[in-house]
Amino acid sequence: MLAYILRRLLYALPILIGVNVITFALFFVVNTPDDMARMQLGVKRVTPEAIAAWKAERGYDKPLFVNTEASGTGLVTDTIFFTQSARMFVGDFGRAEDGRDISREITTRMGPSLAIALPTFVLGLMVTISLALLLAFFRASYLDFWGVVACVALMSISGLFYIIGGQFLISKLWKLVPISGYGGGLDAWKFLLLPVLIGVVSGIGSSTRWYRTIFLEEIGKDYVRTARAKGLAETVILFRHVLRNALIPILTGVVAVIPLLFMGSLLTESFFGVPGLGSYTIDAINAQDFAVVRAMVFIGSALYIVGLLFTDLSYALVDPRIRFDR
Amino acid sequence: MFSSRRSLRFSSFLALPALALLLAACGSEWNDPYPAEQRGQNILYSAFTERPKHLDPAQSYTEDEITFTAQIYEPPLQYHYLKRPYTLIPATATAVPVARLYDAEGRELPADAPADRVDHSVYEIRIKPGIRYQPHPAFAVDAGGAPRYADLDRARLAGIDTLSDFAETGSRELSADDYIYQIKRLAHPRLHSPIFGMMAERIVGLKELGATLAAAAKDLPQDGWLDLDRYPLAGVERVDAHTWRVTVRGKYPQFLYWLAMPFFAPIPREADRFYSQPGMAEKNLTLDWYPVGTGPYLLAENNPNSRMVLARNPNFHGETYPCEGEPGDAAAGLLADCGKPLPFIERAIFTREKESVPYWNKFLQGYYDASGISSDSFDQAVRLATGGDVQLTDEMLDKGIKLLTSVRASIFYMGFNMVDPVVGGLSEPARKLRQAISIAIDQEEFISIFMNGRGVPAMGPLPPGIFGYEDGEAGINPVVYRWRDGKERRRPLAEAQQLLAEAGWPNGRNARTGEPLVLYLDTTGGGMGDKSRLDWLTRQFAGLGIQLVVRSTDFNRFQEKLRKSSAQLYYIGWNADYPDPENFLFLLHGAEAKVKSGGENYANYQNAEYDRLFREVKDMDSGPERLVLIRRMLDIVRNDAPWVFGFHPKTYTLGHAWLANRKPTDVGNNILKYQRIDVPRRERLREEWNRPLLWPLAAGGAALLALLVPAVVGYRRRERSAALEKS
Repeated sequence: MLAYILRRLLYALPILIGVNVITFALFFVVNTPDDMARMQLGVKRVTPEAIAAWKAERGYDKPLFVNTEASGTGLVTDTIFFTQSARMFVGDFGRAEDGRDISREITTRMGPSLAIALPTFVLGLMVTISLALLLAFFRASYLDFWGVVACVALMSISGLFYIIGGQFLISKLWKLVPISGYGGGLDAWKFLLLPVLIGVVSGIGSSTRWYRTIFLEEIGKDYVRTARAKGLAETVILFRHVLRNALIPILTGVVAVIPLLFMGSLLTESFFGVPGLGSYTIDAINAQDFAVVRAMVFIGSALYIVGLLFTDLSYALVDPRIRFDR
Repeated sequence: MFSSRRSLRFSSFLALPALALLLAACGSEWNDPYPAEQRGQNILYSAFTERPKHLDPAQSYTEDEITFTAQIYEPPLQYHYLKRPYTLIPATATAVPVARLYDAEGRELPADAPADRVDHSVYEIRIKPGIRYQPHPAFAVDAGGAPRYADLDRARLAGIDTLSDFAETGSRELSADDYIYQIKRLAHPRLHSPIFGMMAERIVGLKELGATLAAAAKDLPQDGWLDLDRYPLAGVERVDAHTWRVTVRGKYPQFLYWLAMPFFAPIPREADRFYSQPGMAEKNLTLDWYPVGTGPYLLAENNPNSRMVLARNPNFHGETYPCEGEPGDAAAGLLADCGKPLPFIERAIFTREKESVPYWNKFLQGYYDASGISSDSFDQAVRLATGGDVQLTDEMLDKGIKLLTSVRASIFYMGFNMVDPVVGGLSEPARKLRQAISIAIDQEEFISIFMNGRGVPAMGPLPPGIFGYEDGEAGINPVVYRWRDGKERRRPLAEAQQLLAEAGWPNGRNARTGEPLVLYLDTTGGGMGDKSRLDWLTRQFAGLGIQLVVRSTDFNRFQEKLRKSSAQLYYIGWNADYPDPENFLFLLHGAEAKVKSGGENYANYQNAEYDRLFREVKDMDSGPERLVLIRRMLDIVRNDAPWVFGFHPKTYTLGHAWLANRKPTDVGNNILKYQRIDVPRRERLREEWNRPLLWPLAAGGAALLALLVPAVVGYRRRERSAALEKS
């Protein structure tokens, strides 16, 4: 398995370089280094000398990909792309254009993002799987029918509506929890309650329907009929047999997103005033802060690759037939 | 047995959230976003939307930043909190300095000497003795008097994450050297001060210092320290420990306004040295992140993603609340605290609210002491009475909320590119074309439809409150308005059509060729990019028979078009740096033309007479002579119409009844020290407004039960049923 993991990690390198090239090209198609300098220095009273000095200090006065004036390796290394990208592969993300240390910023923001994303993810998974099993249990009954109708209704509503509606009802009208904010330590729970609740409820519709379909497909199989014939209780059949066998498609969708929980949620964090990573990339794009954009895209890609690797590894855990040894 | 145990588990499950809520909600307000220990404390609660990027006074230039820096740093001068027009008064200085003027031979000239005779001006600033800095580790010294934290490295910084992790702090007296040090910092090549280019043209020797420092910084490590004391600055001289002189080129009365901005606040050399040590920047321990000042407040917590906390500076030198103001200030209760020591508030907590909905709702719940009014909540907050007066709604009045309105020292306008062959130039037809468009665009309607009435139609480049702006008939733009029945009235569209015909475009068609007149408006996606606004604007042009083509683009391309002069029409605005007409009139000065010099004259307007008058006006003291010249300048630009003078935005701010001493100000930003909170009243009203409703919890539990009981019954029935029904 170790060899498999190493091989997959090596495959990740060209993917990360490719993502980097694409990010770099896209960013500089839209923004020139001059635009970036103007954005950072402000549009008021900025002089061409100040722009030139800003670019020179950050290395944005170099050519983008190929330095025809340099020789040897300098042809490639003395470029904006190389100087901005190479360090990231050793975990050095450098500083944002406003001078802040990016690694430190990410570390600081990651906690609040996880504080919302992790309970939402775990609770959401528990609730939706339980509901899907419940609907599968009552398949072809009124409960199942109205349950599916409710799921379709829930998944048809925009995420923003859940947030604004939840804030209006629970915080403004009933005054049960703060509308927004974030606190550390023991104070955190009262701020997390509402976003987690909304996160769970807004995900119920689509996930429950999807899991129900998986379970229904599994319930029709021979081994389930055999289990029933043995006289096992339906709950035992569902939780011990059906759930375990239905895990592969569930894991495919679930494990891959686990590492991405670190990246936070833009909407939730904005509306609930959570100082997480959710808006870091968007803010950086708006501020034309390439240092942050490239770091966040790099981390996002790396986490996605790790997520996919975890997914593959998790298959072996739930299905003994899957082995990674040659 | 089975069912009773399950029921118990089930009810426990339901009771858990309710119990958690009950246990943790120690006070009566469950939705209180602040820790319980803050209740009853003299804390101001406010919010900010955009995170401040720079808190270093050499770099900071935006409103988001000055909200904080202005409370921490003290430049030599400040604006009187209550007097209008805005009046400069001393802050750390003993008096507002008076410029001494000299000719090229170094002979002193009288104060009213004409600008062309003045070679340079000298400002001597004397600061009050005894002013001390906030406690800071940079000032900490050991028993021998040597700096305690002068030899830090990455290893010694292990375990230190914020400034409060340093065990010791110290302070010292403010000196003239600190002001000189900061002026030198404006030329620091790595700080990229936004005013360096402009100040380098003014302060003698600053440009040369910039070049010297750039050379010195070339081989400096990324966070290396440049000891600015080693580099002399010819135009700035230390007279004694509390006095310094600045020499500026020519006559430049506006320099006094700059002395009221954080750019000229003192920076102690020790702090600059302290933050330049290895490993500091990696932990965001920089002057840009942790300011060091002498002002009434210090930055106790800096988390721009979530919360910024200002706490009273224990070393603040003391100041008293003003006893004079405008007529009406006494009646408004703004003089009730006359002579009382400042500041009133112990702490100010600014929470980041990116969205207007939670911000507004928390204000209504009493968790923010003041708020602006977003478009979403405008109708809930105010209503327009007959006659156009703005009144608070009953809901706001019931809560005792107060409304403050003020016209901002800003202008928003549509500019014509004066080098464009169709709309540009000073020829009579081009002028008439621009005048016709100026009449046809109904600013009053625009303000009413799109701004909820929050604006004042502009009669020229000067906003109300700035010297040269005049109310009433004397102040109207006669090209666009007539004075009738005691009020300005927009000229009818027929007059605009007549002007258009005289310009050679009858009914919007070329008089010779019959081709339609097509004009192009460049705009960005935000601002004027909203479709409804652009549709409205297109209809205004259509009223003259002119086809308007809107070219939407991103901000970068828009700016590029303006720089290269390839935009024909565009919308843009300007906020005052300081309350002097020069700061608006220069926007139309020929020497500032964007295409020629990269200045702020985006219209590329150039009128020899206007330029001549501007050169006179900019260096004059405000008085009758200056007013006469400004009137002539306004007449010229109104007639030439290089802009469609749009509007001056109005700000509406709401404040709770417990928040006292608030007066809108556009240029004075150090306003926190004047505000006062009636804490017991706030506590009482917050409690009254935020009693939790518990019945929804019970109803929710009951509804869940109602759903689950049939499911449990169904489950048990199914479990007990036979595999096959008997036929």
